[in-house]
Amino acid sequence: MIPHISIRPEPIFAFHRFIVTNSVLATAVVSVLFILLALYYKIQSTKPKANRSLFFYTVNKLLTEVYTLFHSVTEDKITILFPLLGAFFLFILMENWFGLLPGVGSILVGETPLLRGGAADLNMTLALGVIAVIMVQYYGFKYLGFGGYLSKFFNFSNPINFFIGILEIVSEVSRTFSFSFRLFGNIIAGEILLVIIASLIPVFASFPFLVMEIFVGLIQAVVFSTLAAIFIKMAVTSHSQH
Amino acid sequence: MDKSFAIAFAIGVGAIGPALGIGLIGSKAMEALGRNPEAEGAIRTTMILGCAFAEAIAVYALIIALILKFT
Repeated sequence: MIPHISIRPEPIFAFHRFIVTNSVLATAVVSVLFILLALYYKIQSTKPKANRSLFFYTVNKLLTEVYTLFHSVTEDKITILFPLLGAFFLFILMENWFGLLPGVGSILVGETPLLRGGAADLNMTLALGVIAVIMVQYYGFKYLGFGGYLSKFFNFSNPINFFIGILEIVSEVSRTFSFSFRLFGNIIAGEILLVIIASLIPVFASFPFLVMEIFVGLIQAVVFSTLAAIFIKMAVTSHSQH
Repeated sequence: MDKSFAIAFAIGVGAIGPALGIGLIGSKAMEALGRNPEAEGAIRTTMILGCAFAEAIAVYALIIALILKFT
C-alpha cells in the first residue's frame, strides 16, 4: 500500500481569497525563526567577547566558511554580494533542514499535513529562482552600465554575435527554471524517498536516508548560492576582459 | 499497467545519462587529485558543483515520473 503523497502543497485555511497552504505556513515559521536568530546574533555581537554564547561562535564559524567559499568565486565583489548570497544559503539551508524535523509532515489537520518543507513547493523555489535571475540582471546593469550589459544580448556587429545574443536571452530565462527545478526536485525526491522507505520498513531503515537528506539539503543550499554567485560574476565581467 | 511502464521508462532512461556523467566527473576528479594532491579543496568544490549539474538532469526525469505517478 502506497502512503498519501502529494507533489503540490495542500491548502489548510483561507483568508477570503488568500489560500494558506502547508508550505506557506512552514516558510513563515522558518522566516520568523531566521529573523529571531539574526536579531540574537546581532545582540550577541555587540556584547564584550567574554560574554558571548557558544551559539554565536558556531554561527560565526559557519559564516566564515560560507564567506571563504563565496570569496573564491566572486573575489573583489564579495563585500557587496555577500548579504544576498549568504541570505540565499542560510534561508535554503534552514528551509531544507526544517522540512526534515520530526512532526513536519506527520502532524495532520484532518487529512492534510500541517507543515511541509518550503522547498517541496514549486512556488517557493520558482520565487527564489526569479529573485536570483533578476539580481543577476541588476548587478549586470550596475557594473557594466545600461548599454554595456545590453550589448551582451543585442549585438549587431556580425550575424554570429546576433544569434549568440538570442541564445544568451534564452539561457537567462531557462536559468530561472533550472534553479527552481533543481532545488524542488531534489527536496521533494528526498521527502518521497523517506515516506516510501518508512512505509516499507517502519523501524530504523529510514535513518541512513535521513542522514543522506541532511547532506543533500546542505549541498543544494551550497549549489544554489554558488550558482547565483557564478552567474553574477559572469554578468559583471565584460566580454573584453575574458 | 501502461502507465506503470511509462513511469519506469521515464526515470530508467532518464537516469542513464546523468549516471554516466557523474561517473566521468568522479573519475576525472580522482585523476586530477592524483596529479595534484594539494588542490584537494578546489577539486572537491568544483566536483560537487559539476555533480549537482549532472544530477539536475536526473531530477528532471524524476519530476516527470512523479507527475505521471501522483496526478
